[in-house]
Amino acid sequence: MTVRIQREPFDTAAEVAALTRGRTDIGAVVTFTGLCRGADDGRAVAAMTLEHYPGMAEAEIGRWVAEAEARWPLMGVTVIHRYGRLEPGDLIVLVVTTSSHRAAAFEAAEFLMDFLKTEAPFWKKEEGLDGTSAGWVEAKDHDDTAAARWKAPASAPKV
Amino acid sequence: MAVKVLYFAWVRERVGKTEETVEPPEGVTTVGALMDWLAGRDEAYAHAFESRKTIRAAIDRTHVKPDTAIAGAREIAFFPPMTGG
Repeated sequence: MTVRIQREPFDTAAEVAALTRGRTDIGAVVTFTGLCRGADDGRAVAAMTLEHYPGMAEAEIGRWVAEAEARWPLMGVTVIHRYGRLEPGDLIVLVVTTSSHRAAAFEAAEFLMDFLKTEAPFWKKEEGLDGTSAGWVEAKDHDDTAAARWKAPASAPKV
Repeated sequence: MAVKVLYFAWVRERVGKTEETVEPPEGVTTVGALMDWLAGRDEAYAHAFESRKTIRAAIDRTHVKPDTAIAGAREIAFFPPMTGG
């Protein structure tokens, strides 16, 4: 498992290559990339600043990757989440999951994104087009609903 | 018991600091009680903790509920619901 929290951009192709290089057992790679949008709920967004809890962000994502590895037969996982000031079009988050078959890789990637949204200690603050602060982004109910559907087994980390 | 407390996002902005060491009185034994005690310090803390049900907490970098005991904690963090990803 690779979990990185960084200010710098990431290279999706390089991260996929790092997971698959020299291996012939991997039959499926799923990547999810989250981007900064130029509008949120109809309001124009000039930029956003992502704050995080250093130390806990890595630990919390690591716990969810470990849970994904326990639930699905994965052959390698990479999660990268950026912090700092990002502009529309910039990449925010990358999840790469690998497995011998696609179902596990798809499901694990979706599982990880659902919990990154609701449990990883990151907070977004948006800037309006006139340079003023448009304020902190509020947590969305549909993200909680998305995360809740995975919560059946007793092995899930305590939330 | 002296404990390091961290604040993030709008909780940090309202309190006006990123971290501090506090020494709550003996009767303050849970995360929820610590929030009540902090809220009583001054207007800035009262504002930060006015919607206490919304605020999340972590002890030593793991999410916890308001009824969690704070005994033995090295680092307690308070923050709004997460909006990463």
